[in-house]
Amino acid sequence: MLEEESPTSFYRIAYFHKLVQEKSLSEINERIRDGSARVVTAEEMPDIVDELGPAGAVREVDVVTTGTFGAMCSSGVFLNLGHSDPPIKISKALLNRVEAYGGIAAVDLFLGATQPSEDRGNEYGGAHVMEDLISGKQIEVEAFGAGTDCYPQMELETSLRLEDFNQAMMVNPRNAYQRYNAATNSSDRSMHTYMGTLLPRFGNIHYCGAGILSPLSNDPNYDYIGVGTRIFLAGAQGYVMGSGTQHNPQNHFGTLMVTGDMKKMNNRFLRAATFHKYGPSLYLGIGIPIPILNERLARSTAVRDKDITVPVMDYGIARRDRPSLKMVSYEDLKSGMVEINGKEILTSSLSSFYMAREVARTLKEQVEKGEFLLSSAVEPLSRLGSSRPMKQTKESPNVGDVMSRDMVSVCEDIDIKEAASLIVSGLFDHLPVVSRDGRLTGIITAWDISKAVASGKSSRIGDIMTRRVYCVKSDEPIELAARTFDTHSISAMPVVDRDNKVIGMITSNHLSRLLARRR
Amino acid sequence: MKLMLHVAPGIVRQPLIASVILETNALVNIERASIDAVSGEIVLEVPVEKSQEVMDAFERRGVKVVPLENPVIRDENECVHCGGCVSICPTGTFRFEDWRVVADSGKCIQCGACIVACPQRALNLVTK
Ligand code: SF4
Ligand code: SF4
Repeated sequence: MLEEESPTSFYRIAYFHKLVQEKSLSEINERIRDGSARVVTAEEMPDIVDELGPAGAVREVDVVTTGTFGAMCSSGVFLNLGHSDPPIKISKALLNRVEAYGGIAAVDLFLGATQPSEDRGNEYGGAHVMEDLISGKQIEVEAFGAGTDCYPQMELETSLRLEDFNQAMMVNPRNAYQRYNAATNSSDRSMHTYMGTLLPRFGNIHYCGAGILSPLSNDPNYDYIGVGTRIFLAGAQGYVMGSGTQHNPQNHFGTLMVTGDMKKMNNRFLRAATFHKYGPSLYLGIGIPIPILNERLARSTAVRDKDITVPVMDYGIARRDRPSLKMVSYEDLKSGMVEINGKEILTSSLSSFYMAREVARTLKEQVEKGEFLLSSAVEPLSRLGSSRPMKQTKESPNVGDVMSRDMVSVCEDIDIKEAASLIVSGLFDHLPVVSRDGRLTGIITAWDISKAVASGKSSRIGDIMTRRVYCVKSDEPIELAARTFDTHSISAMPVVDRDNKVIGMITSNHLSRLLARRR
Repeated sequence: MKLMLHVAPGIVRQPLIASVILETNALVNIERASIDAVSGEIVLEVPVEKSQEVMDAFERRGVKVVPLENPVIRDENECVHCGGCVSICPTGTFRFEDWRVVADSGKCIQCGACIVACPQRALNLVTK
């Protein structure tokens, strides 16, 4: 595959192909204008290339339309409200009680898609304000001013519709991922993530991205898509501003920064969403028509689902570097079932292939009707990107740095009296229960003991202990311990090493002491 | 067909299902039961031909019975056919058909998992 080439050989080949290029962009635009262009979607292209070969496909096809429709969290809109009388320099603004950033001049605001509202929380957010505006609804604006000599107004309220804004320019820092990691969950509880509900113990796999229809996967060498490329953005004609944030072309995870006029968008292709316990997000339809200028583009637009692979990541591990369990293709994912470690796991998507098709087909119609012309890039997309982890200069401590090593653990066969006296003389009201070789098997609390004494049923620890114990590893960050305390309403946990041997205890007191010291 | 039983506080500790099975000889399957100290909600699958008899038997025992004809409904204007509801439903109510998500709502036992999983908030349980 050409995808694997180094940047230098890419330019050599691109240059070479320029010499043998079989069609020019202006020729294709000419045909689009007079209605004679042959347009197909990226789903139809692979069969055409199989049948006619790349050279035949160049002769036969002028434009291949792509499309994707999915959650694009990194999206937002610049809104200009016009000046009030007396004028106001807005420092904070609420649009339907969703905060928009006001630190740009006097009446420019930036509303981000994932910003939750102050009154309805995650159920309504920035994305919902955008959908309401595009649907013609009126929104309530509350603005708070800085109060300066030139902008004396301190506060105002008004009701606006989309047409009342001078400009509503969508500017999305990171959209249209070339491909995206699939997600599953090894832990023993359901997780609610931006990848949807992930059932416990590998109960399902969720994936995103349109595969065969994905814009960047159809032009992985960025031969056509570049700065200034005209695109379909939620029904409007928008543009690629450049590569997006976290653009990582070396690993085929390219992204786009895009812009478009919100006033021309269609609410069929822009839908506000809420991911349970994660927050608001925006489903967006993006399509890019790719001109078949040469065989190289004919070949790259012939990509199939089976050629595009992604790792399945374990979201059960709440760390940045989640373990990858297996490489799978979009064909595997779309089949509805993927096997991991001998277990068949149901897969389903979270982006909509149905709507991605609608984007590609709508775009195809627009090109056929001469309504959508192709544009050559002013600059290629960056072939090198950066998606490095955050440099964290204030490293937070690990569990091992704050836990107590001074603790006792017990075996299952001691009796309640003994356990009770250990709790009374020890530091914690939790006793980890371990097997002969020190591995964690359960936990016992002062409450368990009182219950057992009151009911008088059993006097063996093994019978009354809780076997489902939450624990942390000593090399995990304390934030993870804090989150576990919070989600399960517990106040202490055993700390284990890689072999599940108990080496300490961590309590919510350790965490509060640490916080107090930091202040 | 599926029946939703609303069991009132006073009788929640009685062996209601067992006695109805003995009385009606119906092959009853308990699909879901959530019972706490004060009340209970139970979803049963019963053969169609026995359903009237089973409903009567429960009602005589003071249980409110609602047949679940269309337990879950979808707002077609909101659904984008993403598939967020497909693999998480315990009874396989949703499936892809040429990339449209179609629902066989008769399979639903009203567990509620899809209601929060749907990013478009397109799904609702029908509670009568
Ligand atoms: S999760 Fe919601 S939007 Fe997605 S397919 Fe199911 S009902 Fe439709
Ligand atoms: S409530 Fe939703 S997830 Fe639960 S059984 Fe019904 S359709 Fe399936």
